[in-house]
Order: sequence, then structure tokens, then C-alpha cells
Amino acid sequence: MASKNKEKVELTGAEILVAALKCEGVKEIFGYPGGAVLHIYDALYRQNDINHIMVRHEQAATHAADGYARASGKPGVVLVTSGPGATNAVTGIATAYMDSIPMVVITGQVPTNLIGVDAFQEVDAVGITRPCVKHNFLIKNVKDLALTIKKAFYVATTGRPGPVVVDIPKDITAQKTEFDYPETISMRSYAPVDIADKSGIGNAIDFLLAAKRPMIYAGGGVIIDNASTELAETMHLLGFPLTHTLMGLGGYPATDKQFIGMLGMHGTYEANLGMHNCDVLLAVGARFDDRVTGNVDKFCPTAKIIHIDVDPSSISKNVKVDVPLVGRVSALLREINALLKPRKNEIDTEALKEWWAQINEWRSKDCLKYDKQSEKIKPQYVLEKLYEITEGDAYVTSDVGQHQMWAAQFYHFNRPRRWINSGGLGTMGFGLPAAMGVQLAFPDATVACVTGEGSIQMCIQELSTIKQYSLPIKIINLNNGYLGMVRQWQEFFYQRRYAMSYMESLPDFVKLAESYGHAGFKITKPEDVEGALKEAMKIKDRAVFLDFITDPDENVYPMIPAGGGQNEMILV
Amino acid sequence: MRHIISILLENEAGALSRVSALFSARGYNIESLAVAPTNDPSLSRMTIVTSGTEEIIEQIIKQLNKLIDVVTLDDMTEGKHIERELMLVKVNSGDEKREELKRLVDIFRGRIIDVTIDTYTVELTGDSEKLDAFLKAIGEAPILEVVRSGTIGILRGAQALQG
Repeated sequence: MASKNKEKVELTGAEILVAALKCEGVKEIFGYPGGAVLHIYDALYRQNDINHIMVRHEQAATHAADGYARASGKPGVVLVTSGPGATNAVTGIATAYMDSIPMVVITGQVPTNLIGVDAFQEVDAVGITRPCVKHNFLIKNVKDLALTIKKAFYVATTGRPGPVVVDIPKDITAQKTEFDYPETISMRSYAPVDIADKSGIGNAIDFLLAAKRPMIYAGGGVIIDNASTELAETMHLLGFPLTHTLMGLGGYPATDKQFIGMLGMHGTYEANLGMHNCDVLLAVGARFDDRVTGNVDKFCPTAKIIHIDVDPSSISKNVKVDVPLVGRVSALLREINALLKPRKNEIDTEALKEWWAQINEWRSKDCLKYDKQSEKIKPQYVLEKLYEITEGDAYVTSDVGQHQMWAAQFYHFNRPRRWINSGGLGTMGFGLPAAMGVQLAFPDATVACVTGEGSIQMCIQELSTIKQYSLPIKIINLNNGYLGMVRQWQEFFYQRRYAMSYMESLPDFVKLAESYGHAGFKITKPEDVEGALKEAMKIKDRAVFLDFITDPDENVYPMIPAGGGQNEMILV
Repeated sequence: MRHIISILLENEAGALSRVSALFSARGYNIESLAVAPTNDPSLSRMTIVTSGTEEIIEQIIKQLNKLIDVVTLDDMTEGKHIERELMLVKVNSGDEKREELKRLVDIFRGRIIDVTIDTYTVELTGDSEKLDAFLKAIGEAPILEVVRSGTIGILRGAQALQG
């Protein structure tokens, strides 16, 4: 099929699409059929190389492809029909966009002659998705199709990755042309580089070596660029403390003593105070998100800031930085490491020792402590046990809310790509379909979806998909009867007026899981937590729904209230 | 501060909306926007007049560069440049001010391109300030219609913005 083939065959647009996906090495597509994509589904039916995963809602297709991409590092591929197929996919596309996840989304479109006449299931997919994609295309000529698919994968996976939408009108999928797939591509308007400019590196080294109270703040860029090895070397050379953003967890081992926890709104006392008091900050593949900085006017008031990022627009967007370093995290860290190595002895070890003593004093506050004597199940306890029983080796997906923060705090991620959550957009409903994508990428791995009774109901229809493909996902439902994070804010900031945060009329999750053909357990006592988790791990042929009835009054601590500085934490 | 940003972008359907959508989504100002194909039919040249703090302008330029369809761009305000805008004004010339209007058009080096018993249509080019000054000089009263093209700009000297 590749361009080497001298004798050109005429293929339909649908066949060209499928052949192009094969050339890209695509093994799984997540999708849902409909009128505008019937030719494509027919082409998929007539081949055996690409496995199509049939979801129950297009939102889940995008989240599953997203989870697949986050865990495997390969781009996720989605196929949906026109109109509602495309609009349902938008939440998942926006989720991937906010977290820079490589994804190619094929949307069907009404035939070319019907575009613009409000045809059945017509929507301007390119227009609707424009603000939440890295780029998008509308195919107007079947001759452009192969090249456009090549461009879509190239744009999605290089530079700062992101989702790319390709909108294909139905008539184009039926038209025939020769298939010629380019092996390489270059675009005059898009040329990502490994390092944009080396001139700041010397400056960065000088700042790092002169530091007395240094901090390293590393984000999702480390994971996306597979730069954990380089980061570990930097850490080894410098001996500095490191904090991760929510998206960075696993980039550097959480059980290493140089890791001082996650930072930000629900970050640790030591990480946030370390940030607030540092004199040199090395930001690595992180974007100074408002959940990290708190009040930007009070952010790192005494620090010189070095910022490594592949996206120039991330630099000095929210916080003005002193040394911008634009390029891939891995490439820049390699440069830095090479220059640091011969100058290691210049590190102010005395000052660093004092700084570590200060950090350890903050650490001794044990800011993540919780009541271990409680008769109610504490959500933190469930996550600690999950960590123990899976030996820290599970892929953990999560939804959004309190359970997400507890998972981030209590499951110690030692490896990259193990923590799969919607950090930027904060999409409830992400966890379960994302877990499907992860399990399909790694069929033998333990995949746990940490969720709550609110989030899980946003994509619960996927229990059916999970059954169809026999995915042994462990659903850890931290059921406190509340939209916990909403309830927590209402308790703190709205004088306990719990408007719409209490969940009534919950289903019997055990029966629900069983009705789909899965196993279900309800756990109400702390002493049963460990046994239930162990039992769940033994089940390999279907999913397990563990409905933990947890303490409804538990809050996530520490917490920086909105508008607060990093030194203004509410502690337990 | 006011900035004139010149952009070369792929001459493709939707490229214009990517730029305008970027400005609305991120809350940036657009004072004017002018766009047309260039001598290279695969490229469009767009001129945006915007305003904001230095930080905002820096972000605007970075965000524009990030758009896949943008080939290259230049903040003209940073160097010596020439800017021009075309304006068509239809004025009521039916009263005793007909002669005075004609004189003002001459002073501003404009041209009367259409005449009726009651109206003149005036064509005027120049930088935006000159066009503003003309409108001020003739006053609100006679104006029936104002059409402005938005500013376009080009660098002085041999330097050229190329794709």
C-alpha cells in the first residue's frame, strides 16, 4: 500500500482512509457508526488489521482514545458520524486539547452538495471544534485525503501534541482515486524543532548553581515527551527537591525522597511552601496553571524562574519568567545535564542542606494525615490500600473531584503514563472510558478507575462496552452520596448551603454492574476494604464494581482557597 | 499601545476564522482586520490592528504563530513601516456647503468619485489618523455613509515579509 508500490490501484475514499490509518500503524479505533460514515465502516468491515472498538456514546470514544494515547504514547484514533456524532465527541476533544494529548478524530460529514443547507445530521464540525483542536481539516477532494491524514498524524503527535479533527463528507468516501501515502511530510507553516534557541541554557545553569533554596516544578510535559530518564539525571546531579503538577505525577518517582509531593490547590504543605520560599525555580514542561499558582501576584515572590516548555505561548503567559527555554523537555534537559556534570562541585551544598532541613520540617507536619480510627470508610484509606495491593504498579484513571485529588495524593506514582486523568478541562465522565483505552493498550495490566458516584454516572453506559470487549477494569467508586468537591466548597465558602450537591436516587451499583455481566461488591466497613480489593484483583474475565460507602463529611486537605497565595493553605 | 501585525497565512477556507476566533476566544482587541490574496495565490496577507499591554501583544504574536495556517508574521510597529487605509465617504452636498466640501477634499488630497445633485462620494487614502482628521473637518452633519477598508501596512526599505 505504501508509496513504494509502483502499480497504483484506485481506491475509494473510505478505503484510502483505512489504508492510511494502517500506514500510520493504527491498531485500535474507537467509534460509533452513523449515516455519514457508512462507507468507512464498510471498508473497516472488509479488513482485519484494525480493531474497531464500539462504544456506547461518542464522548466515550474520545475519552477511550485519549486514555489509550496517555498510557501508550501512541495517538488515539476516533471515528464518529456527522452531526450529533461530532458534537458528542467535542467534550472528549476539548479534554485532550487541554492536556496536550495526541489524537486524530475522523468525523463524517454530509455529502459535499448538502453542506450548508441544514441537511439531516449536518453540523459545522470544523467550526464547532476549532477552539479545542490543535488543527482541523475539511476534505473537499478525495485526492487530498491521504495527504491530509498524513498531516493530521504529523500535527497531532509533534511539537506540543493535541487533537486533530478531519471532517470527511460522505460522497468523498465513495469517490475513487489512486492511493499514494507519503512517507514523510513537511509543512511550510508548521515545523516543530527540538530546541528553538540554546542561548538561555548557560544562564539557566548559572542560576541553578547559585541557588540556595531551589525548587524543581515538573508537569505533564515530562510525561508527554518521555523525559523521565533525563529528569532523573538532572535530579541526581542537582539534589534539589521536586514537586509535580497533577499532570506530571509519575514523571519522577513519588517514593523517592527528593519528591516532596504534588503542588497547587490541593498540594502538600512542603511543596507549596517550598515554592513560596524558593529563590530559583526550574519549571519543566509545566504551564503555571491557575490551580498551581493560586494568586499569581503572590506566586513564588522571591524566585528567579527558568521555564522549559515546547510551546512558546506557555512562556510568560501567566507568570513572567526570567530564563525561557523553548524546546522539547528531553532535549533541553540533556543539554542542561551535559553542562551541569562538569560543574557539579559548584552547587552550594551547605545552603542546600539547610534548605532540605527546612523542607523536612514542613514535611513533618504530615499534611495528608487523616483519621485512621474512624468507623466510616475514609476514601484516603481505600487509595492507600489500592496502592499497597497493586504494589504501585496499576494504571489509575480517575474522574474529577475529591476522589481525583485523593488518588493523586495517596497513590504514589513511580512511573510515567500510569496516572490518567483530565487535569486541564476537569471532565467528569472521563475515568471509565479512559480506563477502557488503557486496558486495550495493555490487556494484561491492572487498570483501576478511581471515581465517585457522581462522575461514574456521566459515562456509565460504557459498562456495556467493557462487557463486550471483556475488559477486567477495577472500578473504585468512592461513594459519599455527594458531589464531594462541590460540597466541600459549599461547606467552606457558602455557609454549608449544599445546593444540588447531594445525590439522591442512586442506583444499586452492585446490581447495575451485575446486570451488565460484571461483578459488584458493596463495602461499608473499613475492615472489609482490603479483602474486597484483593478479591477484585483476582477477577480477570470481567470488570469489578467496588462500591465503597465512604465518609460523606471528608474533605481534601490541604487546600489553597481561590485567590490565596501558596503559603495560605487550609490544613486538616 | 496600538500595534499593526502583518500575517502571511495559507489561503485556505477557514484560515481567516481561525485568526478571528483566536482574538474573540482570548479576549484580544481587533481595531481593524484586512485580508486578501497575494501575488502567490496560495498565501493570504492579513493586517490586524490591535492594542494591548506589551504582555498581551507578546501573547497575541505567540498565539498567532501557533496557528498551523500561519506561515509567518511581523509586528510592523517595531520597525519603520508605511500604513494606508482606504475610505469612501458619501456626503450630503445639497446645500451651500458644496464648495467648502470640495475644498476640503482637495486639501486632504481626496477625490470625488461620484456626484449627484445632492451628494458627493469621496475617496481618500492615508493613515488612519488622516482619515479621522478628514471626518472631523467635514463634521457629522453632512455624512451619509462611511466605508473604511481597515489598515494595511508594509515595511520600509528592502525588507519584505515572505512565505
